[in-house]
Amino acid sequence: MNSCTHIQFDHLTVHYGERIALQDVSFTIPRHAITAIIGPANAGKTTLLKCINRTIDFESTARWNGSVYVNQVDVMHKKCDCIDLRRRIGMVFPLPVGLPLSVYENVAYTPRRAGMKSSPELDALVEDCLRQAMLWDEVKDRLQHLGTRLSGGQQQRLTLARALSHRPEILCLDEFSIAIDPVTTMKIEDILREMKKTTTIVLVTNLVQQARRLSDTTAFLSSGRLVETGETEQVFEHSANELTRRYVCGEFG
Amino acid sequence: MRLPESDIQPPRSARKRWAMDLGESSIEMLIRLCGWSSILFVLMIFFFVFREAFPLIGNSEFSFKEFFTSINWRPTSEIRETYGVLAMIVGTLSVTGLSMLFAVPLGLGAAVFLSEFCTGHVKETLKIVIELLAAIPSVVWGFIGYMVVGPLVVEWTDAAIGVNLLTSSILLALMSVPVIVSVGEDSLKAVPDSFREASVALGANRWETIYKVLFPAAKNGLLAAVLLGVGRAIGETMAVLMATGHSTRIPHSLVDPIRTLTATIASEMGEVSRGSTHYQVLFLIGVLLFAMTFLVNLIADLVVRGIRKNG
Repeated sequence: MNSCTHIQFDHLTVHYGERIALQDVSFTIPRHAITAIIGPANAGKTTLLKCINRTIDFESTARWNGSVYVNQVDVMHKKCDCIDLRRRIGMVFPLPVGLPLSVYENVAYTPRRAGMKSSPELDALVEDCLRQAMLWDEVKDRLQHLGTRLSGGQQQRLTLARALSHRPEILCLDEFSIAIDPVTTMKIEDILREMKKTTTIVLVTNLVQQARRLSDTTAFLSSGRLVETGETEQVFEHSANELTRRYVCGEFG
Repeated sequence: MRLPESDIQPPRSARKRWAMDLGESSIEMLIRLCGWSSILFVLMIFFFVFREAFPLIGNSEFSFKEFFTSINWRPTSEIRETYGVLAMIVGTLSVTGLSMLFAVPLGLGAAVFLSEFCTGHVKETLKIVIELLAAIPSVVWGFIGYMVVGPLVVEWTDAAIGVNLLTSSILLALMSVPVIVSVGEDSLKAVPDSFREASVALGANRWETIYKVLFPAAKNGLLAAVLLGVGRAIGETMAVLMATGHSTRIPHSLVDPIRTLTATIASEMGEVSRGSTHYQVLFLIGVLLFAMTFLVNLIADLVVRGIRKNG
């Protein structure tokens, strides 16, 4: 494992009860790059993300074998400090979940947990995160309103701002753009390109074109198995696997 | 332009639609009736209680000032009857307040435990036991207070007798806890799991998630749980009649005997002659209880609205 590797999946198998969600998945996610995980529904993309920050614990039926190394530490191990792990990882869910707090407090949630008190510093951080998520201009006059009252697309950007608030070393985006208009999506993609200088970004997406234009490496999953992984250019242009070729060309999926 | 023949509604389907409209409107009427009747019942209860108490206005044997400010309750005195309920108001408020001091932390804590920490058989068993607790008749609670809690209170404190403020507060707390737990647990359970996951994914621990996310999300339900508990405590009659000591005094310590408004009505209603001043005053106490519960509900409503506005 070299220093460019940030996350390594090592023979990871996950079951939900009897159903197999991931089977013997091994690949690496490079540091400070955007990695896209693509694949048809039920391929295990979201399960993969849930393993990175161990929110898989919430699936009561989930059992797993194998390891996921984040900075060479096995996070699937029983003794892993999940709270510390989650504080280093930003996660954006496909269905936006505004916490029942004000817009401001939604973003300030993690910094406050980390011990930051109300201060100009915190105000600046909140503003910065909201700007990065392209939400600042829409909510700057109503920071004290309930976050759950925003529209779907705004809530999704709010969760993005919230995920950025603890300056994560890994940012996991699970279908972050389904409720966001194309123009705003493009702007956020530009910001993600900027952010990858300092952050490892893992992008789960159903938009094959988004994966293509945004990511550096791509992993293609199907039915819980890793079909192909490599440089995005190579996966899209010279697919080693027939299934991959057909998927990225839009012939199935 | 005339429509082609085929587009005109045939008469049979028109009749069908008419029947559907009738069904629709009659169901709507029924639902409307249900809604209005609940308001009507409350108004009618208020009306009948108020009607019995109304003749007190202008009654020379009775003064409202004495009613609210005197602690002398001597409705059967040979010399001069006095109807002062100040001691009972203090009694009701103190026993309700003290019991809520025990019941709210205990009930909400148990609700959080049940909905967030408990799984499987333990949860099912606990829920059944708690529901069973709610089904115990209040006279049995009174008996337990008289025979079990009272002697314990005498043993542990310097209480002169077992029937007092502390004993009855403990009983009322135990009686309200099941209500608070089951309503509180329901409202916590109604908070979507995605909130918990989102909070935990942000690196919050369990306690932070409960305190910062679940409580705000479930605040209306939790407040309703507490209010139901308060309602239970204010309105409870039999247990407090048996365990308070029924003594018309303002309590000076936690272990003084007290008397509540409800117990007074229950114990004296059977002995008064209908239409007498004493009878009317008992109904006035009913009006007072009505006003107190109304006030509690109103305050809670305003609090919820305040939270909403600031939230």
